[in-house]
Amino acid sequence: MKVLVAGKVEGTVLKSENPINFLGTVDKKTGIISDNNHDLFGKSIKDAILVFPSGVGSSVGAYTIYSIKSNKSAPLAMICKKADLTVATGCALANILLITISDKEFDSIKDGMRISLDTDSSNPIQNQ
Amino acid sequence: MELTREEESALKGEQGEIMQMAYRILIATGEATDAEKLIPIEWAHLSGVNYNTIGDAGEEFLSSISKDARVTVKTTLNPMGFDIDNVINYGLDENFILKQLSIRKSYETMGVIPSFSCIPYEIFEIPKDGTQVAFAESNAAIHANSYDNLKTNKESAFSALASALVGKSPYSSIRKDDTPNVTINMKIKNPNELTYGMLGFFAGKVGDTSVNISGLAEMDNRQCKAMCGGMGTSGTCAKFIFSDGDSDCEKIDFDEKEMQNVHDELNTAEKGDMITLGSPQLGLDEISDLTNMLKGRSFQKRCMVFCPRTVKEQARKIGYTTELERAGCEILSDCCTCLTPLINKDNVDSVTTNSIKGAFYLKNSNGVDVNLKSLSQIIQDETR
Repeated sequence: MKVLVAGKVEGTVLKSENPINFLGTVDKKTGIISDNNHDLFGKSIKDAILVFPSGVGSSVGAYTIYSIKSNKSAPLAMICKKADLTVATGCALANILLITISDKEFDSIKDGMRISLDTDSSNPIQNQ
Repeated sequence: MELTREEESALKGEQGEIMQMAYRILIATGEATDAEKLIPIEWAHLSGVNYNTIGDAGEEFLSSISKDARVTVKTTLNPMGFDIDNVINYGLDENFILKQLSIRKSYETMGVIPSFSCIPYEIFEIPKDGTQVAFAESNAAIHANSYDNLKTNKESAFSALASALVGKSPYSSIRKDDTPNVTINMKIKNPNELTYGMLGFFAGKVGDTSVNISGLAEMDNRQCKAMCGGMGTSGTCAKFIFSDGDSDCEKIDFDEKEMQNVHDELNTAEKGDMITLGSPQLGLDEISDLTNMLKGRSFQKRCMVFCPRTVKEQARKIGYTTELERAGCEILSDCCTCLTPLINKDNVDSVTTNSIKGAFYLKNSNGVDVNLKSLSQIIQDETR
């Protein structure tokens, strides 16, 4: 596990098996996934712990993450398998907790689970 | 990452929100690129200037942080969307102009030199060998690492901005002794600038962070620029080295077949409705070449020529701009072929250019077809 942006939150997991292209996939006002080819289509990422494999697409997508945060529609935290620079810098701009985890840990997190995250703890992911 | 006590304190917010955000960016980027620490840099070059690319979200972000944020090292800036001197001739919508001017103001307020150029290595003095810099513009990062003996990550718009504010950058692998993953054998004889661009585009696809190139004679700055432009467009590779490579390094030929593949991917039209030159922007030597090749001939179509403002001013003093304008060229500063709103599919179907980088962005971002030709071929076919 790697901590890219530190923090402490608790919330409900919204999990996707698809990568997310923040530029064009996420409505920056509402936080709703607007790409009808995405498995989270129609769902809001607002206040969720968003779990997905990685970000893809233009690095300008980092500004979209900043915008959803400014519009109070951002996730509480993001958990990825792979760190890409768009999501890393976007979460850093917006101060959204971001960690990367192994494939095995990724598989063990289920959609709808309540978890708490604390990057200062020796065991940062706790089921509730 | 290992942080000093001062860095830890900035990350906690003890030096204000802007520095806290900048450190968060550098640390997130460093963790994502396996850097173990931050190192001081002497020069940052920023991308993320053109309203066409950063949009409202970028404009609002820059406007917000520019109230407090100030750069702490020499910081230069990529092109924006238009040339303020002649934008009135291009029918651009007012919102675009206002938002672009707001972006310009934000950068100037932060203390950035408003160079609006993607070729900082040609218009600013190069620091001494081995100097650590932070260049976001891809062709400039590759040029800095491969030709100018500087060291930089291929920074993102955000890591370069954070580096400019903090004066530090993540110590990622490319800044250390990197090992190329592949050696490319250049098999094409008598390459022109288009060939170098295609070689760069090919190298960017097969290279990891750096590549060896063998079979290539010493290149001049024009050829090097073409190669850096092509390479930065197609991948993450940030450096080329003239070397045959170790025996255990993978070898790939760049031959007629591979060159044809690149050509087929980027050349989508038999002819262009207009001509653009300069992506990366033209330097003074290229403006001089163009002037000499024209020798009284005139373009039979629109021809846009992109160069930095300082180069245009030098060219004006020497008399090149008078000759280029006589030949029908529109000379534009502060912007560049790729991603300018001045060329779009509402006003042209296809563009002739000798730039691989220009071709890629014209096609993928501006939605315009591209006819690729070397400069000498363009002069032969398109002027009388």
